[in-house]
Amino acid sequence: MAEPATRALRTDTMVLSMGPQHPSTHGVLRLELMTDGEVVQDAIPHIGYLHRNFEKYAENLTYPQIIPYTDRMDYIAAMNNELGFVLTVEKLLGRGPRPVEVPEKAEYIRVIVCELNRIASHLLAFGTYGLDIGAFTPFLYAFRDRETILELFEELSGARLLYNYIRVGGVARDFPPEFHHRLRRFLDYFAPQVDVYDTLLSNNKIFLERTTGIGVLGVDDCIQNGWTGPNIRGAGLAWDLRKEEPYSIYDRFDFAIPVGKNGDCWDRYMVRMNEMRESVKIARQALDQMEERGLLEDENFTANVRGTLRPPAGEIYMRTETPRGDLGYYIHSDGSDRPARVKVRSPCFTALSALRDMSRGLLIADVVAIIGSIDIVMGEIDR
Amino acid sequence: MTPEEIHDHLLDRFGGDVVTGLVQSDESDPKSPVIYDPAQSMIGASAIADVAMFCRDDDALRLDALMCLSALDRGAHLSVVYNLHSMAHGHVAALRVDVPRTAAVVPSVERVWTTASWHEREAHDLMGIAFSGHSDLRPLILPEGWEGYPLRKDYEAQEYYRGMKVPF
Repeated sequence: MAEPATRALRTDTMVLSMGPQHPSTHGVLRLELMTDGEVVQDAIPHIGYLHRNFEKYAENLTYPQIIPYTDRMDYIAAMNNELGFVLTVEKLLGRGPRPVEVPEKAEYIRVIVCELNRIASHLLAFGTYGLDIGAFTPFLYAFRDRETILELFEELSGARLLYNYIRVGGVARDFPPEFHHRLRRFLDYFAPQVDVYDTLLSNNKIFLERTTGIGVLGVDDCIQNGWTGPNIRGAGLAWDLRKEEPYSIYDRFDFAIPVGKNGDCWDRYMVRMNEMRESVKIARQALDQMEERGLLEDENFTANVRGTLRPPAGEIYMRTETPRGDLGYYIHSDGSDRPARVKVRSPCFTALSALRDMSRGLLIADVVAIIGSIDIVMGEIDR
Repeated sequence: MTPEEIHDHLLDRFGGDVVTGLVQSDESDPKSPVIYDPAQSMIGASAIADVAMFCRDDDALRLDALMCLSALDRGAHLSVVYNLHSMAHGHVAALRVDVPRTAAVVPSVERVWTTASWHEREAHDLMGIAFSGHSDLRPLILPEGWEGYPLRKDYEAQEYYRGMKVPF
């Protein structure tokens, strides 16, 4: 006798382990997916595969020794990580008996390298997002142009990814001879390049189908989940620490804050594309102002920081705008040359924590689209 | 509002039994100042969830964003510091809870700010603070079955983890 049809067709939920080695997870992230056919019922992120306990290392190192370790958190935007840490230490030192005066030239160099690093980071996000969705070509364009930035950084700091360049009191090295010409040539080349990317991917019909209306998170939910940076701007809130709490010399530049409308994957992606244009504007203004103020000939690129750095005792929290959002450093100092505690508030960590609630009821392919759109770096999540 | 004004506002609402003090900078000796930026309102551990809910919902405070949740080891005490920010008013505040090292239990604030969920799991992993009422305190960053709390000052790594030598 034949089985009843209903019994033969009975389906069951299946556990699908995505990662830790999976190209679309941007590092070593494991997702435990409960699937009913193609529909995701639950997505549980498992993190910690890259955990080195940066915070414990920091307790055993002097302040300048910590800077290269900050590089290794978000290795895609190392300059921005360094700047956040250095500014926090400088702010604490500024309240003590021996404040550090950062020379004007160093401030401009810091802004330029951070904005270049933001472009490099967004290029990687753009290229790999294309790969996640199934478009290979944009990746090649993105990496070709990112390479030029990495070469400039190599010339400047000696390293391509992990720079140890921004130091307490200034930067490690001056611009090499004629460096500003090469910088300007790159900016002139790159500015129209973003339009090329738009024609390649942004308005592609398949890409639009895969990203519009997917992974929607409104402004209130973004705030509840601690989302910052391009992710919250994609939901339509013009929230940028470079404008809200201007640090370094960001109040001297004229730039817009790109925002999205609906808070879906496409909006978050598009915010990053537009931010590259704004970063070019900032870098150009910084170069112009350096020329006007005669800073290119100035050889004063770092304050004289002699002896051991001993910030005053106390606790301080400061945050800066990295390509991925608000990166905060909580430093507890006991007055010695090593911090008693350093806590890092990672923007990717909070972004990923919302993934579980967002994924319920979507297709497996949509989960991939969401992960790409929040642009996570596992090195910063696991620390 | 400044963190000091927010502290007074909390003191008016909850009284001195709950809001037990304000930890702030002391710059009277310019040679060795003590800096707290922002100043921290000390809250009794058992009341933190109520105070947090008030901070989020009170119209004058509207501290709707939890910027950072840090766990610290201060020797006899462990403490949790909540750095808050108001998107509506643009002001910041910091709450602080101290608990004895031997009984480190703090009520969870994940129902107030969703983002606290993972921050508390991280603090539980690395500093060994138990958050009562938390929906899911499984290890997040450390592997399943890891012994000890690495960020405590007296931490010593275990010799073997599942038969593997540590450090390998």
